[in-house]
Amino acid sequence: MTDTAHSARPEDGETRRDFLYLAAGAVGAVGTGIAVWPLIDSMNPSAEVLALASTEVDLSPIEEGQRVTVTWRGSPVFIEHRTEQQIAAARDVVLEELPDPQTDEARVQRPEWLVMVGVCTHLGCIPLGQNPGQSRGEFGGWFCPCHGSVFDTSGRIRRGPAPRNLDVPAYKFLDDGRIRIG
Amino acid sequence: MSDKGMMNNPVIRWIEYRMPIFSFLNHSVGTEYPSPKNLSYWWNFGSLAGIVLVIMIVTGILLAMQYTPHADHAFDSVERIMRDVNSGWLLRYLHTNGGSFFFILVYIHVFRGMYYGSYKEPRELLWILGVIILLIMMATAFMGYVLPWGQMSFWAAKVITNLFSAVPWIGDWIVTWLWGGFTVGNPTLNRFYSLHYLLPFVLVALVVLHIWALHQFGSNNPLGIEAKGPQDKIPFHPYYTVKDLYGMGVFLLVFFAVVFFAPNLLGEPDNYIEANPLATPAHIVPEWYFMPYYAILRSIPQKLLGVIAMFGSLLILLVLPWIDRSPVKSARFRPVYKWLFWVFVVVCFVLGYIGAKPPEGVYVVVGRIATAAYFLFFVVVYFLSYIERPKPLPASISEPVLKGGGSPAGAQAKPMEKA
Repeated sequence: MTDTAHSARPEDGETRRDFLYLAAGAVGAVGTGIAVWPLIDSMNPSAEVLALASTEVDLSPIEEGQRVTVTWRGSPVFIEHRTEQQIAAARDVVLEELPDPQTDEARVQRPEWLVMVGVCTHLGCIPLGQNPGQSRGEFGGWFCPCHGSVFDTSGRIRRGPAPRNLDVPAYKFLDDGRIRIG
Repeated sequence: MSDKGMMNNPVIRWIEYRMPIFSFLNHSVGTEYPSPKNLSYWWNFGSLAGIVLVIMIVTGILLAMQYTPHADHAFDSVERIMRDVNSGWLLRYLHTNGGSFFFILVYIHVFRGMYYGSYKEPRELLWILGVIILLIMMATAFMGYVLPWGQMSFWAAKVITNLFSAVPWIGDWIVTWLWGGFTVGNPTLNRFYSLHYLLPFVLVALVVLHIWALHQFGSNNPLGIEAKGPQDKIPFHPYYTVKDLYGMGVFLLVFFAVVFFAPNLLGEPDNYIEANPLATPAHIVPEWYFMPYYAILRSIPQKLLGVIAMFGSLLILLVLPWIDRSPVKSARFRPVYKWLFWVFVVVCFVLGYIGAKPPEGVYVVVGRIATAAYFLFFVVVYFLSYIERPKPLPASISEPVLKGGGSPAGAQAKPMEKA
């Protein structure tokens, strides 16, 4: 097929036809990519899912030492009104011993209020410890029953396969008794 | 299939002239498809798996007419199928247990291929297509398990999709994309339903390719030596159609015994509790056919490496034809490999047992040893294939039976001499 083009000017290493092949191929590849992207993107979260992205919580009924679960974007958020001992336990840790080193101060806006996404960072199970009688693990925080991750009173991973501390969502104190998550 | 009498039928001749489908079938599963004459009952499982695929598609299409793919209604619609739909309980139990039996048959089929070296040259592509069928089957089964929207459905979906969060950099983006939201929810259920309906037909196409590749060289056989000529073969029909039908009868007896008398034997009671995104059951386990891989995942304390090992345990099968360098196919003539094969089978069962147990204490230790043994098998097979001294192979498929190459019938003596 390309014999005529090549035999016309065999001394040229690159011919006009080579250029046209490459150009057509590049346009085809980019065009395919542009055409396929909306199809892939259609599987991403839709507008109405994104619209449910914030939740307001009234903190005033939560007693000291109490743990409460609220729903944010379909997932549980753990809120704990921590006691002095729990705060002290969380701050009395050698950072080097942590798999994912992070100070307790960096994980809370006000020391008595711990707010974090109650989804294990390993494979997404909900750790135990929110309800009375559930195992809190050996560090007094949370314990994931699926694969045995143990979290401390700051929600930091201490033992087990979870790679990260429990995530802290973006949240804001609207006043002393209310926060907005998201 | 077709014989001379059938070809006298004018309608069949009319069609055959325009599209030679009858001779095609005859060459595929009929009198014109010569098969090794020594195939044992271990060669029944491929066709049995095909029959179960048909059962799954038929019951699945009927279930889809009754099922509601919405997070608020899915669980109730399955209960309605169980209680109100005529024979709905039968359709559902056939479909759920059909999935389990599909895996039993296919696992036996895979082990048979490993024992008799069916993956070896010239059947590597046939083997690879089979492994791809197994992978697609697993994806289909996983997504189907999510549809009833029980607790185990939901948390299986959550944990398995979360495996992809182990991918560096883009892991979280992939998981959100898979979910279509910030957690497993209605969009996830809908897309799983769509794919669960699609993938079985992909499986049918892959099975056609699998059979196409099979027919290029025909079945392997218990001796693992190629047929030397027509005296080593018999027509597929009627000999193996009858043998397959007999095996199907035996299989259906077992299958229906479970469907009728122990339909929840292989299921998890927790899946009769509706999905609750805010509470994980205390002890989550996958379906039994995923247990060995789940055990491998949990045996490795690092998330990404665990995921790689889990997928690697399956993907390594793709290159098995190049790991095992031994020219001898059948384990009957490989004194060490034969022994090693059974160790591998036991390791798979141990992993399956560990996958069902909580990840603590002695189970962790046993799980790690078994995981190491699983992968070590392939390493040992590679080196073994260089040093193992196989037993002498028979000269032909007929020889071990006939002792010296005699022929059962005088009519077959002639081709024998030629070969």
